[in-house]
Amino acid sequence: MNKIRRTLLGATAALLLFKPFAALAAAWNKDAFAAKTPQDALKGIGAGDVAASKDLVIEAPQIAENGAVVPIEISSAIPGTTSIAVVIEKNPFPLAAQFDFENGALPYVKLNVKMNETSDVRVVATAGGRRYAATKEIKVTIGGCGG
Amino acid sequence: MAGPMKMRATLGGGGTAAAYTDVRVLMTHPMTTAQSNQPLHFIQNVTVKQNGKTMVEAQISQAVSRNPVFTFRLKGGAKGDKIEVSWLDNKGETNSIETAVA
Repeated sequence: MNKIRRTLLGATAALLLFKPFAALAAAWNKDAFAAKTPQDALKGIGAGDVAASKDLVIEAPQIAENGAVVPIEISSAIPGTTSIAVVIEKNPFPLAAQFDFENGALPYVKLNVKMNETSDVRVVATAGGRRYAATKEIKVTIGGCGG
Repeated sequence: MAGPMKMRATLGGGGTAAAYTDVRVLMTHPMTTAQSNQPLHFIQNVTVKQNGKTMVEAQISQAVSRNPVFTFRLKGGAKGDKIEVSWLDNKGETNSIETAVA
């Protein structure tokens, strides 16, 4: 009897402890980030069907000496861009990041990513419910996923 | 160990009225991957707010480099605007920084 009571009390305490934590945890697209192929990653973010766009610009070095830190700058001139996702096709987990822009943030981001090997980097933008993509190959001389 | 953050927010685009607010933020974080022999530890969510209003919500993976640096751009803006950036990692650790636009 007493043991059950203890267990219940413990469970309640755990729930109370974890509740604020759960409220803090924002959405994280686990399925898309766990995808091991670029196709699955794209499906995971709901971007199976994409149109190539010249208005989506990727600025990155052609050759990255150090795969642990590859600078990538992305900007979209597609009107009404609300989201930008970065997929590194040959990484063990291709989806690197997704940015949602709201309330007047410009569809622009600069970040550093790790690249396991030379790969196409695909950027997918969402604008008005439609998907647009741009791709750039970045050559890597030393892989950076062990770090 | 996850450590302090640094941030700089400046007005960009020239002219008297700023075209955008440039937000550069650095987070001290190991960002370890499943490929390394260390426990998986990486930032999952990054939120950027301007005067309390959410501007950018990012979901990121272990493929983002150690001690991540991001640059974001917010439309318009003025001196003294409050910019706040916070992150949350896969172990539930969190940190945030607030600065006024210079």
